[in-house]
Amino acid sequence: MSIEIKDLSYVYSPGTPYASTALKSVSITINEGDFLGIIGKTGSGKSTFIQHLNALIKLQSGSIKVYDIDLTQKKPDLKKLRGTVGMVMQYPEYQLFDETVEKDVSYGPKNLGLSEEEIKGRVREAITLVGLSYDEIKDRSPFELSGGQKRRVAIAGVIAMRPRVLILDEPTAGLDPRGKKEILTLIKKLKETSSPTVIIISHDMDAVAENCDKVAFFSGGEILAEGAPRDLFYDDDLLARTEMEAPAIVKLTKALENRGVTLDSHPINKQEFVQAVKRWRDE
Amino acid sequence: MNNIVFGQYYPTGSVVHRMDPRIKLLAVILYIVTVFFIKDYTMYGAILVFVLGVSCVAKIPLKVLLRTVRTIIFLVLITSIINLFFTRGGKLLVKWGVIKIYSEGIHHAVKLTLRLILLMLFPSLLTLTTTPMELTDAMESLMKPLKVIKVPVHAIALIMSIALRMIPILMEETNKIMLAQKARGADFDSGGVLKKAKAMIPVLVPLFVGAFRRADELALAMDARCYSSVAKRTKYKVMHLSVRDLVGGLICLAVFTVVFLNKYLWAFDSMILALFK
Ligand SMILES: Nc1ncnc2c1ncn2[C@@H]1O[C@H](COP(=O)(O)OP(=O)(O)OP(=O)(O)O)[C@@H](O)[C@H]1O
Ligand SMILES: [Mg+2]
Repeated sequence: MSIEIKDLSYVYSPGTPYASTALKSVSITINEGDFLGIIGKTGSGKSTFIQHLNALIKLQSGSIKVYDIDLTQKKPDLKKLRGTVGMVMQYPEYQLFDETVEKDVSYGPKNLGLSEEEIKGRVREAITLVGLSYDEIKDRSPFELSGGQKRRVAIAGVIAMRPRVLILDEPTAGLDPRGKKEILTLIKKLKETSSPTVIIISHDMDAVAENCDKVAFFSGGEILAEGAPRDLFYDDDLLARTEMEAPAIVKLTKALENRGVTLDSHPINKQEFVQAVKRWRDE
Repeated sequence: MNNIVFGQYYPTGSVVHRMDPRIKLLAVILYIVTVFFIKDYTMYGAILVFVLGVSCVAKIPLKVLLRTVRTIIFLVLITSIINLFFTRGGKLLVKWGVIKIYSEGIHHAVKLTLRLILLMLFPSLLTLTTTPMELTDAMESLMKPLKVIKVPVHAIALIMSIALRMIPILMEETNKIMLAQKARGADFDSGGVLKKAKAMIPVLVPLFVGAFRRADELALAMDARCYSSVAKRTKYKVMHLSVRDLVGGLICLAVFTVVFLNKYLWAFDSMILALFK
C-alpha cells in the first residue's frame, strides 16, 4: 500500500457566498505498482483530489497517508512528500522558467537539497528518460522548444526528483494523436523504470482502458466506482450516471453483440479484442 | 473555470445590488462631500444609521462590512493619536510631563475617527454591491460629456474593463504556477526577504510569459473580429433608470440635504426639536 485516503472532503472558499464543495467523503487505497486512471466529467473534483496527494491543498477533513507520511499531522515533512509524490500539472510547459533546459530540470532536485554531483546525474538521466538528447538540448532555452518538447522537459523536471508515485493531470491535453501516443508510451516506460506507481487524470477513455489497471470514476466530488476497467467500462448504468462514454473497443464489442456476435469475454484493448474475435471465428 | 469576481463583490441579489450603478456612483461621490460637512455628533450618528440601514437593505452582513474598515485601522489610530496630543484648546484635562491633553483634542480625535470610518464604509458598500464591470460601465456613461473635449472615453473604459477582466485570470494563473512549483519542492514561506523574493522568480517568469501570450491572443482575437475603438457600439447590458433608482437616489439626496442644512442653518437644530415636540 502506498497511498491511503479516507473520508476526504474539501470545500473551496468555505464560509463565503462563493463556497463550492469539490470533494465529498472520498476514500480510496492506491497500492504500489498500480496504474490508476481517474476519470469524470469536468468539475467533478479530479484535480482537487490529486492536488491533495502532495499537499498542494491543505487538508480540511479526512485523512491521507502517503507511505509513512501522515498528512493529518500538523507539520508533515513536505520536502520528503514532494520527493515521494511527483506531480505533473495540466499544461506543465507553462511552468518552465529558467534560462536553459538543464537549469530548469534541476530546479526540483535542487529544492530537495541534493548534492551538485547527484543533481547533474539525475538531470541527465531524466532528460534522456523522456526521450530527448541531453547533449543537444541541455543548453537551449526552454522557451524556444516545440510544444511537445516543452512538455517533455517539464515532465523531466518532475522525474528528476525520482518520485515513487507519479501523478499526471491530463498529460495528453492539447497534443496531436502522435504526440498523445508518445507521451503515453513515455509514461509506461517511466512506470517500469523510475516510478512504480502512476496516477493519471484523463478524458481519453481509450487511453485509460488501454493502459490503466484500475480506474476511479469521479462524479460530483465523489468516487462512484473503482475497479478494473474491464468491469467498469462495461457497466452502462455507471457510464450514464457519470456522463462518461465507453472506450471505442467497448462500443465495438457492444455493437457486435447487437448484431448477434457475442464474444466470450469483455475485451478492453485491441489485442484482447482481436483474440476474442479470432476465438469467435474459430468456433 | 471558477467565476469568482475580483474585488469585494458580495452577491445577495438585493435591491441595492440591482440599482443602476450610475446612481450608486453619484451617491457615493455626494456622500464623500457630505461627510466633510458634518458638524456634530448627532449628524455623525444619523449618517452611521443611514449607512447601516443601506447595508441592511443590501443584505450585507455587518461582519463583512466592518472587515473593510480593518484596512484603514492603522491610519485611523495614528491620525487620532496625533490629534489627541497636538490639539490645543478647551479645557486642559491631563498633564503629564510634556504630554498635555485638552478637551478639544479628544473631540478632534473622536470626530476624525468617525469621519474616516464613515468615509470607508459607504464606498465599501458600493464595491460590495456592484461588480467592477458595472462600475466601469457607470464611469464610462458618466464621463460621456468629456467626449466633447476629445477625451477617448470609450478607449479608457475598454482598457479599464480589460484590465479588470485580466486580474482574476492572472490571479488564477499565479495560483496554478505556484502550485506547480511547490510540487517541485519550491518553498515560498521561509527565509528572509531576499530569499523569498528569489523564490518568486520561478513564478514570475512563467506568469509574464503567459500574460504576454494572453495579451497577444486577445489583440489578435479582437482584430479578427474587426474591432475598432472609433466604431459606434451598443452595450450588452443597457443601463436603465427605474423607479427603484429614483427612490434610492432621492433617499440619499434627502439624507445629504439634512446634513447640509444642519451645517448652514443655525436654527436647524431648534427647528428639528420643535418638530418633535
Ligand atoms: N480555485 C478554486 N476556487 C474555487 N472553486 C474551485 C477552484 N478550483 C476548482 N473549483 C471548483 O471545484 C470543483 C472541482 O474542480 P476540479 O478542478 O477539481 O475539477 P476537475 O474534475 O479537475 O475538472 P476538469 O476536468 O475540468 O479539470 C469545481 O466545481 C470547480 O468549480
Ligand atoms: Mg482538472
